[in-house]
Amino acid sequence: MILNKLDTALGFHQDALRLRAKRQELIAANIANADTPNYKARDIDFKSAIQQASQLATGGGLSTAKTSDKHMNGIATANNTNFAGPGEPLFRPIIQGSVDGNTVDMDVERNAFADNAIRYEASLLMMNGQIKKMLTAIQGQ
Amino acid sequence: MSLFNVFNISGSAMSAQSQRLNTVASNLANADSATSANGKPYKAKQVVFSAIPSNSPDASGVKVDKVIEDPSPAKVVYDPKHPLADEKGYVTMPNVNVTEEMVNMISASRAYQNNVETMNAAKSMLLKTLSIGQN
Repeated sequence: MILNKLDTALGFHQDALRLRAKRQELIAANIANADTPNYKARDIDFKSAIQQASQLATGGGLSTAKTSDKHMNGIATANNTNFAGPGEPLFRPIIQGSVDGNTVDMDVERNAFADNAIRYEASLLMMNGQIKKMLTAIQGQ
Repeated sequence: MSLFNVFNISGSAMSAQSQRLNTVASNLANADSATSANGKPYKAKQVVFSAIPSNSPDASGVKVDKVIEDPSPAKVVYDPKHPLADEKGYVTMPNVNVTEEMVNMISASRAYQNNVETMNAAKSMLLKTLSIGQN
């Protein structure tokens, strides 16, 4: 049971990190394709993706079937259900169209890339803090 | 691990941009080559980029789809002393537009730099991830 609690304690940041890494990959692809004709820039809606992940974590997910009374209650959290990820990425709205049909705006992408990297590191820091807190509790000193 | 895929994506873009820089170098070097192996003046080359699927279904890399010959007309210069001049004294010169090529060069080098930055950011994120829970 303690493991399950540890899982839920770290679960939110785990999902956040996974989504941030995914988003970083998408933005990198946008930057890579800045000169590809007809390429459409894509991004995920982080807010709705993380909400979806948290709903799974707070009991909105599935629970495991029990065939005996001696089985423990297995509550599915975002960590042990296969959280499918951020869903289908959305196309970015066009700010300034270009003749070759490419919709990558380098300023927007660099901005999003830097922002996402900082938030990724913020999640890492908070996860580290939580791990330290947990260690203090375990060691009792 | 999607952050590792950033290396593949940015790497594909870097090699595509460096190939573009290569054609720019070739075009600029041959801006005055009035003849070539096939006896005709040099034709400017341009690369065509295309998005290719990577390890992840949503994020795509880049590759040079094909290298085309610039369809713009050749420059005709009046130079009666040139050994390749026709009977009226005109020489057909390559269709390289030096100004366009310089712009192309700057664009390719900036795009390359962007991808290097992307790769560096992903690298530092991965290194920080490795140190979760340490000290």
